Amino acid sequence: MGKTLFDKVWDRHVVSSEAGEPTVIYIDAHLIHEVTSPQAFAELRGRGLRVRRPEQTFATMDHAIPTRDIPLWPDDAQAQVGALRDNCGQFGITLWDIKGEVQGIVHVVAPEMGVTQPGMTIVCGDSHTSTHGAFGALAFGIGTSEVAHVLASQCLMQEKPKTFAINVEGRLAPGVTAKDIILSIIAKNGASGGVGHVFEYRGSTIRNLSMANRMTICNMSIEGGARAGMIAPDITTYEYMYGRPYAPTGKAWNDAVIEWSALATDDDAVFDRSLDIDAGALEPMVTYGTNPGMGVPVTGAVPQGADLEDEQQRRDLEAALDYMGLVQGQPMQGQHVDIVFIGSCTNSRLEDLREAAAIVKGRRVADHVEALVVPGSKAVKAAAEEEGLDRVFAEAGFQWRGAGCSMCLAMNDDKAGTGKYVASTSNRNFRGRQGPGSRSLLMSPIMAAAAAVEGQVVDVRGMLR
Amino acid sequence: MEKVDLIRARAVPLRADNVDTDQIIPARYLTAITTDGMGDGLFASWRYLDTGEPNPEFVLNNPEYKGAEILVAGANFGSGSSREHAVWALVQYGFKCVLAPSFGDIFYNNSLKNGFLPVVLPKEAIDALWEVLEDDPETQLWVDLRTQNVRMPDQQSLRFEIDPFRRDCLLQGLDDLGFLLAKEDQIVAFEAGRAQPAAA
Ligand code: SF4
Repeated sequence: MGKTLFDKVWDRHVVSSEAGEPTVIYIDAHLIHEVTSPQAFAELRGRGLRVRRPEQTFATMDHAIPTRDIPLWPDDAQAQVGALRDNCGQFGITLWDIKGEVQGIVHVVAPEMGVTQPGMTIVCGDSHTSTHGAFGALAFGIGTSEVAHVLASQCLMQEKPKTFAINVEGRLAPGVTAKDIILSIIAKNGASGGVGHVFEYRGSTIRNLSMANRMTICNMSIEGGARAGMIAPDITTYEYMYGRPYAPTGKAWNDAVIEWSALATDDDAVFDRSLDIDAGALEPMVTYGTNPGMGVPVTGAVPQGADLEDEQQRRDLEAALDYMGLVQGQPMQGQHVDIVFIGSCTNSRLEDLREAAAIVKGRRVADHVEALVVPGSKAVKAAAEEEGLDRVFAEAGFQWRGAGCSMCLAMNDDKAGTGKYVASTSNRNFRGRQGPGSRSLLMSPIMAAAAAVEGQVVDVRGMLR
Repeated sequence: MEKVDLIRARAVPLRADNVDTDQIIPARYLTAITTDGMGDGLFASWRYLDTGEPNPEFVLNNPEYKGAEILVAGANFGSGSSREHAVWALVQYGFKCVLAPSFGDIFYNNSLKNGFLPVVLPKEAIDALWEVLEDDPETQLWVDLRTQNVRMPDQQSLRFEIDPFRRDCLLQGLDDLGFLLAKEDQIVAFEAGRAQPAAA
């Protein structure tokens, strides 16, 4: 029987698998950031251990840092950044420091630098590590104890997950994006539908997507409960990677491409579960609730509790709507918006900003709306400025910020106020995620751009040109 | 890591599915560089009012459940972020165990690494427990890792599954890092067997 992409990558990384013990797998690249690593380094120091492979470890600063020029450095953010500098310095780890030219959200920077490569195992103390699966890597988030494990041993103990094929076929209609694909998948399969599994996104629709779009989809695998999401590498992958700082060169590049091209799932491989999605039938999506599975097409309405069979689901819907200040049966279009956030590791790459800018160009952000664009990395920011996107956004009334996580998790000063509605391109609409009491409406960058202009949720398809 | 064997304690019913890690501990509590002080942030958005006062509506603030060491929650508990701070917060608050129909993968893993026992029980059992615990907060539950049983208030025993290796680690208070470091020879052999380090 053939093997899946996941099986091939997994099998190549098994260090030990003995009866009665968890499998030990080897980690090729370990990414770290300021928030989930300090306690892991403390553990290493406490035990007198070294970092086994500092050259396979890469650090950046993204979660807690401010994204404005004015120095808004709370003491605790400074302490975290300082600890990361000290730890990287002491253990010889490459650090993409906010002071340097390379820096940004860890899941944006590592692919840009060519650290993310097909067939690798990649981990980070961050659940959206699933993003890197877009390259055909097995990439997943780990806790801080496991960060210490990888620092000390370059290995992890893992139970082998099951496989889950998500087949997406057909042509996307104009105005329907990768974000809508993944929000539709999660709305259909549920926020916990993938628990214990690794998704593989397959089919003609996926093959036709750019790397930025593939990353958007893999990024949100965790929101569907999956441990990771993967896409087989192909020519699109190699074109993106070629010439990046850490990508192989010369003969090593040619050899690597041959090896990577053998990773795709075999025709006769069998998945544990599968789901089919008709891309042609998808519409722009928007969430109404407090987990990413609570999403509907923008032309739709908030569901009615009476339509739900499960008692607990009804209670959860009521609690979510109570928090969101929405009512059952309410159409999504016309829902008021106070803040628009274009950013996060889901949708802050150059293409995302380009598409959003095309919508806002020559238009104005509605008077009552506060709108911000937070590029995913310094490189994205520079490239966008080169194209003049910063001016398009600024002229429309958007704030143009520095790179970081920003209002995706509101650890810095970018917080939505209590009760505020945020049209957000990020990945989580959890209660209070974007600031205590904030209400997130997840959507694509062009949908968010349209919401900024209209000051309410609208169907972007009416604004395409 | 503290050993886990028999937990005999009162329990709190937390009637909600999909309790994500942002609810267990909001991001604004993640600014520490140690593991200390997380207990204060546990369920902060539910536990405190905007004024900072305890929210009397939230079940953890109900004095009848004071001192409970077991949490009984809905499906997909601990979904979302990888933050281990969520487990540290639960432990520091005084919880030893959480019962739920299912868990977020990373949260489940993180729990085991901190001597905090996540137990998967069928949804019907959780529903029944919620009813009983709401009626009588004095109810004691027994969660016995040695026999892998939860003794329900009606004296029935419900078996739960846990990976045998994981169970032994918890019973003996062993941590994983020691296990991994003991694999040194195999790790060296694995590294030597590769043509080149992939990230180099
Ligand atoms: S952008 Fe948001 S989801 Fe992505 S790493 Fe930062 S905080 Fe996490």
